[in-house]
Parts: sequence; C-alpha cells; structure tokens
Amino acid sequence: MAAIARLRYTVSENPLTVIGFGLFAVFVIMAVFGPAIAPYDPLATRAVNALQPPSMAHPFGTDHLGRDVLSRVIVAARLDLGIALSAVMLSFVVGSALGCLAGFRGGWTDRIVGRLSDTIMAFPLFVLAMGVVATMGNTVQNVIYATAVINLPFYIRVARAEVAVRRNAGYVQAARLSGSSDLRILATQLFPNVLPPMMVQISLNLGWAILNAAGLSFIGLGVRPPAAEWGIMVAEGASYIVSGEWWLALFPGAALMLAVFCFNLMGDGLRDMVDPTRRT
Amino acid sequence: MAPLLKVETLSIAFRTRKGEVQALHEVGFEVAPGEVVGVVGESGSGKSVSAYTVIGLLDQAGRITHGGVEYDGKPVAGRQRELRGREISMIFQNPRAALNPIMPVGQQIADVLKRHALAGRTDARAKAIDLLRQVKINDPEERVDSYPFELSGGMCQRVMIALALACSPRLLIADEPTTGLDVTTQKATMDLVRDLTRARGMSVMLITHDLGMAAEYCDRIVVMEKGHVVESAPVAQLFTDPQHPYTQKLIAASPGPRSQLAELTGGIAAPVSIAPPRPREPGPERLLEVVDLVKEFPRRGGGVFGKKPAPFRAVDGIGFQMMRGESLGLVGESGCGKSTTSSIIARLQDATSGAVVFDGQDILQHPSARFARMPERGRIQMVFQDAHDSLDPRWSAAEAIAQPLRRISGLREAAAVTRRVDELAEMVGLPANLLSRYPHQLSGGQKARVGIARAIATDPLLLILDEPTSALDVSVQAVVLQLLDRLRRDLGMSYIFVSHDLNVVRLLCERVIVMNRGRIVETGTAEEVLHAPRDAYTQKLVSAIPHFEPERLRAS
Repeated sequence: MAAIARLRYTVSENPLTVIGFGLFAVFVIMAVFGPAIAPYDPLATRAVNALQPPSMAHPFGTDHLGRDVLSRVIVAARLDLGIALSAVMLSFVVGSALGCLAGFRGGWTDRIVGRLSDTIMAFPLFVLAMGVVATMGNTVQNVIYATAVINLPFYIRVARAEVAVRRNAGYVQAARLSGSSDLRILATQLFPNVLPPMMVQISLNLGWAILNAAGLSFIGLGVRPPAAEWGIMVAEGASYIVSGEWWLALFPGAALMLAVFCFNLMGDGLRDMVDPTRRT
Repeated sequence: MAPLLKVETLSIAFRTRKGEVQALHEVGFEVAPGEVVGVVGESGSGKSVSAYTVIGLLDQAGRITHGGVEYDGKPVAGRQRELRGREISMIFQNPRAALNPIMPVGQQIADVLKRHALAGRTDARAKAIDLLRQVKINDPEERVDSYPFELSGGMCQRVMIALALACSPRLLIADEPTTGLDVTTQKATMDLVRDLTRARGMSVMLITHDLGMAAEYCDRIVVMEKGHVVESAPVAQLFTDPQHPYTQKLIAASPGPRSQLAELTGGIAAPVSIAPPRPREPGPERLLEVVDLVKEFPRRGGGVFGKKPAPFRAVDGIGFQMMRGESLGLVGESGCGKSTTSSIIARLQDATSGAVVFDGQDILQHPSARFARMPERGRIQMVFQDAHDSLDPRWSAAEAIAQPLRRISGLREAAAVTRRVDELAEMVGLPANLLSRYPHQLSGGQKARVGIARAIATDPLLLILDEPTSALDVSVQAVVLQLLDRLRRDLGMSYIFVSHDLNVVRLLCERVIVMNRGRIVETGTAEEVLHAPRDAYTQKLVSAIPHFEPERLRAS
C-alpha cells in the first residue's frame, strides 16, 4: 500500500519521469528479449537485399550487407545497456567508497583520493578512455573498465562533499553514543544519506556511459563488427548518408539519443524514490 | 488617535501538497503611532505570516483569501514596494543570513540610502558611518568596510537595525530579532531597538515566542494561536489577568525565576496532578570527578616560516565533582566551553589534558574512537540540542531507539528489541503508533522524546542534556522538562544539564556551574546563583534574562 502511494506521489511530482521509466522499460525489454523479438537474424547477410529503404518487410531498411536494421537496433540494446550499466555500477561502487572514506576521514586520505580524481580529470576524458582500451586490448571488458575509470571522479566528488557536510551531524554523534564504530557509521548512517544525490549522478552517467561506449566503437575500439552495436552501426552508416541511404545511421542514432534522453529523465524520479523525506 | 497599521479580518491560505491550508483566520490587530506591539505565539501560530503580509513578502504559495492590511488609512495592497524601507522596514531572525555575505556592510547601507535617494555617491559612505555610530558599533570608520563574516551575530543584527532605520521609517517589524543571540547580547540589542525607536517616535511590531521579552519591551501584546488572534491586551493586564486559556497556558509554561516545575503545565484552568517532588538528596557516592580539564584547538595562520599562533583554549583547566543521583547545571553563553566540556565527558571528543574519573575509572585513558565499543559507553549517554538533526532522516523512530539496544545492550532477538522499544516509548510518553514514522513526520516535541528514549535505552548512570529544549516551544518545553525530572527520579540517573537559560536550569538542577571563556566563574546551588549571584559575569547574565513578574508589572 505504502509503496503504491509512494509511487503515485513520485509519478505525480515528476510527470517526465513516467516517460523516462516507460522508455527504460522498452529498452530493458529489447535488451532481455532482443533475439526473440527481432524479426530477422541480425547477423544474416543477403547481398541481393542490400541497402533497401524502409518498407513493410524491413521498417528500418537494410544495410550494405542486406542485414535488417530494425533487428540489429533491437539486439544491440543488450550490449549497449550492458556496457553502460556495468561501467556505471563499477564506478559507483568504487567511487562512492573512496569518496565516503575521503569525506569521513579527511586529512591524508582525503588528499590522496582528491589528487587521484584530479589526475583523472586532468586528461581529456574520451582520450583517456581511448588510451585505456588501446593499451589494455580491444575487448568489451576493457571498454567497461575505461568507461568506469573516466566516470570515477564524479562519484568521488559527490560522495566526498555530501559525507563531509554530514560528518559531524547530530545523528552521527548519536550513532557514536550508541556504540557504533566508524565503519558502521559510514555504512549505515552516512552512505544511505548520500544516496539521493548519487542517484541523480547515476542516471546522468548512464547516458554518458552509453555515448562513451558508442563513441569508442565509432572510432573502431571496443566492440568489433559484425556485432550489432549502436555506435558501430552509426559509424558504418555514416558513409552512406552522402549517397542518400540515411536510414543506416539514423535509426541506431535515434536509439542512442532516446536511451540517453530516458536516463536523464529518470534522475529526479530515482532521487525521490530513495529519499524518505520526499516521499511522504 | 488613528492607528498607523490596521490588519483587518485577514485570512491567508497556502497551497501545499495536501491541498490548501488556512494559515490565518480573520486576524485583526492595530498598531498606533509610537506604540510597541508584541505578537506572541508558538511555532505555526501565524505570527510571521502576518508580518510578511504587511510588508508584502508573502511566499508565492500564499494567497489572501479575505480582509486586508491598511497603513496610514490606505490599503497597502499594490503599494508595498514604495512603502518598504521608507515607511515600513523589517529586521529578520538570522541577521547573518539576511546580510549579503560578499559585500561590505557599509556598502549595503549605502545601497539602501542611494536607492531611496537619501544620499549621493559622495556622502553615502559618511552617512553609512553615521548610521553605524547610531547603532553603537565601535570604530564605525573601520567597521564600515567589514564583511558580515567578520562581525559577531550581535553586531550583524546592529547592522540590520541600521539598514532598517536608514530611511527613517515609521513602522519597524522585528521578526524574532534575537533568536540565536546570547542573553546579554539579546538585552543589548533590544535595548538599542527600544531607545532608537522611542527617540524617533516609531511604531514597532515585535514578533517573538518569548513572553519575557514581550513583557519587557512591548506596550501591548497580541497572542496568536493556530492562525487566530486569541487575546489582545496591554502588557500589565495581559500578565496579571489573562482571559484566554491559551494565554494562561503560555504564561504558566514560561519558566520564571520563581516558578516550580509542577506549575509549568498546570495553567490556571486545568491543573494537572503530578507527584509531589521528592526532596532531591544527592547520594553519598561520587559518580564523576573532572580534574583540570583542558581542551585546545589549533588556530589558523602562521605560514611556513611564521611562528605558529598559540592554540585557542576552549576549556581552560576546569574541575568539579558530581555525586550519584545529583543533577548539575552547566550554564554560560555561546563560546564559553560548556558544550566542549560536555562532549568530552560524553567521550565524543578527546581532551588535551586532564582527567575525567567516572565511577572510579579515568575514562580519558581510552581515545574517543575506541570508547564507542567499550562497555562504559552505555553508562554515559547524551540528549542533543537539535532533536531533528540528531535523528537519521532515513531511520524510523523505532529504529533510532533500537540502535543502542542492538549495539550496546547486545539485544539480538527482534522480539526482545521491539518489546524494549515499546517500553521505552511508553516511558517517554511517545504514542506507539508514531514509532514507525520518520523524523520529518514527527513534531519537535515528539522528536525530543525519541532522542530521550534513545539516550535512556541503555540505563545510563549519567545523562548529558545539551540544551534539550532550546528549539522547542514553551508549552512543549514544559512537558519535556517534567518528563526529564520524572525519568531522573524513576531511573536514578544523574544529569548534566547544559543550557544558557538559568531559569530552565534551576527547575532541574540543584547545583549550577557558571562558565565564561573556558573557566568556571561561579558554582553554587541554583537558587543562590540565580537570586544572589556573586561573580560580576553571573550578575550580568542573570540581569539580562527578560522577566515578566506580575508583581512588578502591577506595581508599575
């Protein structure tokens, strides 16, 4: 009952969130059931059918090898969302742990963690990601690590700042009086209270992470053909735009844009859901 | 004489998440020229909303549904911009927040003068200095270039007063002008406001929750409750012969130098029976001994080659003893070291030197970080000043109370914890159905009860109360004070009651320690210190407390 009331309030306060979550649901369905709902095999080539414009048989048209673009867009959701989610989770876990520690301990811990995140920020982030993938090897796994590394400073900074202002709050003192050790205070009192602003960061970051993964694929790093991935599809389709075959790049590009859009819309709603002071 | 300000059947409604809420119900009062009118009420009574409506600063969500405000015979609606500053001005609750932090105070005063064409570019500075001199700021020529953060709270409020009086308005609205200031500063500030407004023949609308202050500085008092004006009378009449039950309740609940704990909630209409206070006799056993306690904080400054400045001594070699079952008041103004002392005894902070012998053991031996896991932790507990801040916003009341049970008392079983939480809630008078609520869903008094229940959960021998009632309304404060007194007698605890309010301390404590600048300046029984203070600082402190004494009012 309470959960329904809470959901209803969150929804009524953030109507755009509903659109965000709706889009997210569509993407999740695409990611989970992709191969099952795709009308064609995304990897099957048919040379006779190459570069067909959108039609009833192929709503998004076909590419230069005669593969169905719609099927490829649907199937690519799993890879793109997978990379984005795992990268963001990785940087969230590592970044908030480091940030909380820095904000709580202060002193040397704070200085070391702070300089670490400054160092990462000092590089142009996309170039850093390129460097990481190029040196560590061209695999999906390394794309995830690279994306996680470049997002790390944002989590460190948010967590550090939020913990630092709450470090001496009354409820932290009270927890100490109740016999809680520092680590327990950090885990049970401070971390849950910095979650709401982190949620906003997560949803924005999901968008960036998708763009980043697609960007790396676009320049030929990370995911390799013939695997279906939005970034590669845009890259492959880009050269056909001049000759009039616009659908090759447009549809994966639109999927990419909608995904980023949907994560940005979800941010406020997510914050309201994890924050008890906002839901009652 | 025609009233200067007339508020007539004013009703205000606010749009909120739960629909429209009526904040004022046909409120009406008048302010005559040269009159000082006090608007008194507890939080949520609508006293600030009325003031903001007069000056046209009502929140966007608020809407006048009925009635209106007349100034000098004409309705103010639509003309507030021209009235503001020149005719009506206002001083606010938090002076530091009301001043622009990145602008020198002199420039802020000069801006007001220029805006109202009372000064040009050449003479604005001189006029600002003159205004600062009028509000009795020392060295106005230097202070004119100070930023708000360089000034004390009292000085900031003086600057606010200078700003408010810059254009010689005829009506001054003072919205709780001294909350957050020390009593001696409060007295100086209010005396200044009274002298300046009297000299200029100004009217004042003083909004306050403090009946003592209203009695001291107002000619007439308007009492508000839940958006209604319940009573309006001249000061002497209001205090000697209050008509409305709410006024009677308020007067009874405000602790004076002679009031008894049992009388606070008594009121005149509905006396509540309370057990007669047992004579409090401190036990023979010594519970706590503080020996030569020192706490130093490093000062900023001193470059790589410069000499390090001498550290700041917040607590400067204090020592006292406490018997088992005794309760001790620790009184002083902000910065006197009373909070630092109490948090060292509570082992939330480490001392620089000295000893705290608790129950025969020097507890300063163990660093505060380790003390949390020691068995002695449960023996010393604390109730915090800000009940809201001391409760984790993500934990329900029951979870907050259960925390020390799980961590210190070692209760693991869910059923046992629940049983003990229910028992504690009953002891502090917290209805069981509120236990599942989060702090933001509880009222101030309920949050205070949760904080107390959490503190007594481990059956402590010593409970440190750090201004536990300073954020509460007087009627709630009265109930909480009685609760604390009852708990002490039922559970045999000792209290260290930290407060700036001698009248409140007197109700709970038999012995009082007065601190100033990190040192103890006077100790004695509460009655002695309050009625016959020996030290000059204590005398100043006692005389600054605003009083209302019916006998004195009747005589005047």
